Amino acid sequence: MNRIHQKLQADNKILSIYFTAGYPSLNDTVKIIQDLEKNGVDMIEIGLPFSDPLADGPTIQASSTQALKNGMTTSLLFQQLKDIRESVSIPLILMGYFNPVLQYGVEDFCRKCQEIGIDGLILPDLPLDVYQENYEAIFNKYGLVNVFLITPQTSDDRIDQIDAASDGFIYMVSSASVTGSQDGFGNNQETYFQRIADMKLKNPQVVGFGISNSETFQQATKQAKGAIIGSAFIKFLTQNGVDKIGDFVKGIRK
Amino acid sequence: MNYNVDEKGYYGEFGGAFIPEMLYPNVENLRQQYLIIMAEPSFKKEFDQLLKDYVGRPSPLYFAKRLSEKYNTKVYLKREDLNHTGAHKVNNTIGQILMAKRLGKTRIIAETGAGQHGVATATVCALMGMECIVYMGEIDIARQAPNVARMKMLGAEVRPALSGSRTLKDATNEAIRDWINNPVDTHYIIGSAIGPHPYPDMVTRFQSIISEEIKWQLKEKEGKENPDFVVACIGGGSNAAGTFYHFLHEKEVGIIAVEAAGKGVDSGESAATSVLGKMGIIHGCKTLLMQTIDGQITEPYSISAGLDYPGVGPMHAHLFKTGRAEFIAVTDDEAMQAGMVLSKLEGIIPAIESSHAFAILETRKFKPEDVVVINLSGRGDKDLDTYIKYFKL
Ligand SMILES: Cc1ncc(COP(=O)(O)O)c(C=O)c1O
Repeated sequence: MNRIHQKLQADNKILSIYFTAGYPSLNDTVKIIQDLEKNGVDMIEIGLPFSDPLADGPTIQASSTQALKNGMTTSLLFQQLKDIRESVSIPLILMGYFNPVLQYGVEDFCRKCQEIGIDGLILPDLPLDVYQENYEAIFNKYGLVNVFLITPQTSDDRIDQIDAASDGFIYMVSSASVTGSQDGFGNNQETYFQRIADMKLKNPQVVGFGISNSETFQQATKQAKGAIIGSAFIKFLTQNGVDKIGDFVKGIRK
Repeated sequence: MNYNVDEKGYYGEFGGAFIPEMLYPNVENLRQQYLIIMAEPSFKKEFDQLLKDYVGRPSPLYFAKRLSEKYNTKVYLKREDLNHTGAHKVNNTIGQILMAKRLGKTRIIAETGAGQHGVATATVCALMGMECIVYMGEIDIARQAPNVARMKMLGAEVRPALSGSRTLKDATNEAIRDWINNPVDTHYIIGSAIGPHPYPDMVTRFQSIISEEIKWQLKEKEGKENPDFVVACIGGGSNAAGTFYHFLHEKEVGIIAVEAAGKGVDSGESAATSVLGKMGIIHGCKTLLMQTIDGQITEPYSISAGLDYPGVGPMHAHLFKTGRAEFIAVTDDEAMQAGMVLSKLEGIIPAIESSHAFAILETRKFKPEDVVVINLSGRGDKDLDTYIKYFKL
């Protein structure tokens, strides 16, 4: 059983944090991960920066551009993470776009993830059918959970398909938007959260996009198993650097 | 060998739909509907009528006598420059706006580089009374001011793309993000034979009117439908796709695709994707694209904004890989000189994109009896500033 499964079985109100590797500074990666765990974060998405992040809003775009300027590469990220399992035990997920993975070589990439102790991948532009046809066997071989997204526009049939293909959790995009686009949830989200809860999916759901503070975190985790915060954390790092990560986490958990 | 798209949306190993789930409902709906809608008699009728009465089709196939004498071969020009709005782009936007209406969409978005596709989109939106938002790189907005003014006059809102290199690639990213944010009422009119399936095929079909007309026009003039060569420039590849389409499976027709070499293929400032590109994923499709070994998409360069794209449509990647098409890279200087030659010999000032296609006449030798059809994809009005600076006119 993978760390993701254990974590999601054991706990509710899972707090998961996304950050872009190589931002604010090239070598902040390990410190950010360690501090997030120390302060009680349950799961971490490590963003592999990409030049053209289609599904991301301005905050994550800017952090990706800066990370690439700082010199972040796929190999360097693997290098930085090489000993991460000596100090960190919560689930770690790599999140990025498919092209850098394709260029590294999908199997080499997955093997490297296993060596390091990465538990899963989120690749928003790797579609379900292509994954199943070409890559599922490889992901399984290296013990990696692949996480799919659903949105308020995803049909019930499609959600059932995605649920069947998933073995970890489903990433529930909170609204029709790129990352970081909104603050606060309205009736639309309530209806959507309820609709998904009523579907009684086999995989737990973790809500992402638009979660920025303790209110939205509470709202999102009323029904769903957990929530992912990205842009709000990146903004915090931009303003405060990497020394006060505990303050951010306390602000969410309060 | 099949050079058309297969039922899964691939041209050989290229194509597909590598899109985030947020775009899936729209792209999937389009995939299921586009061929059905295009086959409806009412669609065909409206499309044909608009191409005739509004765009001014058929565009002439013109025998370029003086150019033919200079290069000692028979050169015909397919005059897409005479279309309303001045380029081939409008063939696609007419088709897609009719498609959008039938899909029940009320809001149109588009990306543009030089502004030609933006103008063609703003035009059809004015025609149909639809809301129109065009994304354009901040840098392109500055260097293509007349087209920005045209779009505004036509009622479109031009939104600057401020991310990345602030050119065409980033404008495309912004348009895709807009579509993610507005999934219900919006249709995205992509301007070239790129993007996730079914876009490359849909755009190619709308542009295929170019080769459909060449066939019967050439029959009238030469007594045969098939030329010895068809030639077109390639940015994303829509005018080329339209020019090649009905000849793809005619073995005796040579296909020549002309890319922008910029300051030279090895200069570090180039857009010659077939030479510099590797298989990868850009804007939702698997194709040849210029990238670092790490898979980060790199910045292309060409003097012509319309060819300044780091990828090439998946159909063309397949034509390159299989050897069906010959790819030739032409530098800024060669293209500018060819634009001048066409102007002086035939009285036609071409778009700098199109000038690239003409530049091959200098280096690629043809036989005197060869019939060579070159697609003149657009007129040079929009490029006068660049010509003025280059030739110190
Ligand atoms: C006149 C003209 N020709 C060619 C192109 C290149 O596009 P494509 O390769 O899609 O035909 C453009 C693009 O703006 C254009 O304006």
